[in-house]
Amino acid sequence: MISYKNHSEKLRLLNEEKFSLVENVQEFLSRIEERKKLNAFNSLFVEEALQRAEEVQQKISKGSAGKLAGMVIAIKDVLAIKDKPLTCSSKILENFTSLYTATAVQKLIDEDAIIIGKTNCDEFAMGSSNENSAFGAVKNPVDETRVTGGSSGGSAAAVAANLCDVSLGTDTGGSIRQPAAFCGIYGLKPTYGLVSRFGLTAFASSFDSIGPFANSVEDIALVLEVLAGHDKNDSTSIKTETKSYSTLLRNDEQKLRIGIPKEYFAEGLSAEIKVKIESVIQKLKEKNFSVEEVSLPHTEFAIATYYILTTAEASSNLARFDGARYGYRSKQSSSLAKMYKSSRSEGFGSEVKRRIMLGTYVLSSGYYDAYYKKAQQVRRKIKDDFIKAFSKVDVLLTPTTPTTAFKLGEKTTDPLEMYLSDIFTTSANLAGIPGINIPIGKDKNNLPIGLQLLANQFEEEKLLLLGVILENEILTD
Amino acid sequence: MAVTKAEVEKIAELARLEFSESEIEHLTKDMNQILHHMDKLNELDTSNVEPLSHPIEVKNVFRDDELKPSTKREDALKNAPDKDEEFFKVPKVIG
Repeated sequence: MISYKNHSEKLRLLNEEKFSLVENVQEFLSRIEERKKLNAFNSLFVEEALQRAEEVQQKISKGSAGKLAGMVIAIKDVLAIKDKPLTCSSKILENFTSLYTATAVQKLIDEDAIIIGKTNCDEFAMGSSNENSAFGAVKNPVDETRVTGGSSGGSAAAVAANLCDVSLGTDTGGSIRQPAAFCGIYGLKPTYGLVSRFGLTAFASSFDSIGPFANSVEDIALVLEVLAGHDKNDSTSIKTETKSYSTLLRNDEQKLRIGIPKEYFAEGLSAEIKVKIESVIQKLKEKNFSVEEVSLPHTEFAIATYYILTTAEASSNLARFDGARYGYRSKQSSSLAKMYKSSRSEGFGSEVKRRIMLGTYVLSSGYYDAYYKKAQQVRRKIKDDFIKAFSKVDVLLTPTTPTTAFKLGEKTTDPLEMYLSDIFTTSANLAGIPGINIPIGKDKNNLPIGLQLLANQFEEEKLLLLGVILENEILTD
Repeated sequence: MAVTKAEVEKIAELARLEFSESEIEHLTKDMNQILHHMDKLNELDTSNVEPLSHPIEVKNVFRDDELKPSTKREDALKNAPDKDEEFFKVPKVIG
C-alpha cells in the first residue's frame, strides 16, 4: 500500500518515482469500492480522475505542476462542478447538473489537484449526524454503527477511511469541525469571507464557510493557502492580504497565549473528553505556553441564536426550489401554486422542511422583532465576547463536541437534542471566526476525541501554528 | 411563545409546503419544543444593542455596471423539468 503522511512527502515520493499517480488514484478507487458501505460518496469521476492523474504526472516530471500536484480531493456535494451532478443530498436536486464550477473547487483544479468525486452530506448541509441525506446516512469508518457527524459527514469519512488525500466540506454551525472530531481527523472552518462561496449552494449565507479536511495540519495549511482570497463573484469575500499559511507554520518564534473558556467545560461535557483536554492543557503548560481561563458569558445563548438566524436565512434561500426552472417537479402540478407546494413537499426531506417552517415563522409578521431581531442583537453580544477574549489571548482551546460519535438513530427523534450537539461549534459561525478540530486521542470505546482551537477573524495562522505544535510535539506519545 | 396548529398551517401556506394531519401535529410539537428553547434569549436585555446582520461588517460592494455575457439560454434550460425550445413551461397561470 502506498503511504505518506502529508502532501510534501507524497510529492517527494512521486518525484523519486516510488509510485505513479495513476496507481495512487486506482488504490483510492479500489478502497472506495471496498468501503462502499460507508456511503461516503454521491458520485465518482473514475475516468476523469485517472486521466488527470496521467496529465499531472507528466507535469510533475516536467517540473511545471502546481502546489497541489496530484493531491486527490473529494468535494462535498453542495459545491458546483461544471457538467457534474449537484444534489445537495436532496431528492429535489437529484437530477441537477451544474452549469459552472465553484471558485473554491476551480482553485484546487488550477493547482493540479485531482477531483475524485462528490461526497454525501446532510440534505442542504442541514444536520449534525449525516442522517438527513436523501441517499442514506454515512457511517463512521471508525465504528460503522455510529454517525460521522454532520453535515459534511461524507467528506470526513472519506479522509478518515483513506479514500482520498483531502476533502472539502462546508461549515455553517460546526459541519466541518464536528464530523472531523467524530472521525478523528483535522478539519478547518476558515474566517467567514476568507474563501469565496461562489458555486456553493446557500444554506445560511451569513454563516456558510468552505474549508478542508485532512490527516495533517500541514495539508490543511497548504489547501487553505490555495482556497483563500477575494473573488469578484462573491461580494462577501474579503479583500485581505493572501498569506502563505504553509510557510507560516515554521514560525516558532511566536509564543501564543492560550485561553480556556470556562463555559465550555460545564455540565454536559463528557468526563472522558474533559480529562483528555485537560491533559493536553497540562502538556502545553509544561512547554511554557501561557494558559489562562477566560469567559464567553453568552455561550449558553448560542444554539438558540444560531437556529433562529440560520433557519430564517435558509427559509429565504430555499425559496428558489419551486419546481419551475430546475430540480424536481411533482406530478401533482395542476396549478402553479399546487406545483410549488407539491414539488417542495415531495422534494425536501423532513429536517429541511422543519427548518423552512421555523425560519418562516421567526420572519413572519408579528414575530420578527421577538425572534429574528432579538437573535441578531444576541449575535452581536456573542461576537463581542470573542473580541474581548481575543484582546487577552491569541487562541481559545475548547472541546469540539460534548460527546464522541453517537449511535446511528440515537438522536433522530428529538430535533432539539440533535441541535444541542452543536453547542461548542455554532459560536464561531455567529462571530465569523475561524476554528479547527485537532484529533487528540480516543475514549474507552476507541472513538476519536476532538479538540477545538478558535482564533480571531483572519488569524488562521495562529490555529495552524498551535495545531502543528500539538500534532508534532504534544500528541506524539 | 407557543405556536398553535392553526398557526403552523398558516406558516406552511406561506412557505409553500403541504403536510398531512399527523405531520402538522408532529411539527407543532417539535416547533414548540424548539421555540421554547429559543425563548431563552428573553433572559437577556438587548435594548441598546445594535443588531448584527453579518459577521464581517463590510460596506456596500459596488462593481461597474458593464454589459457582459450571461448564462446562455440553452444552458439555462438544461435542468428544466419542462420546457420548449425557448421557455420554461409551467402550469397555466391565468385562467
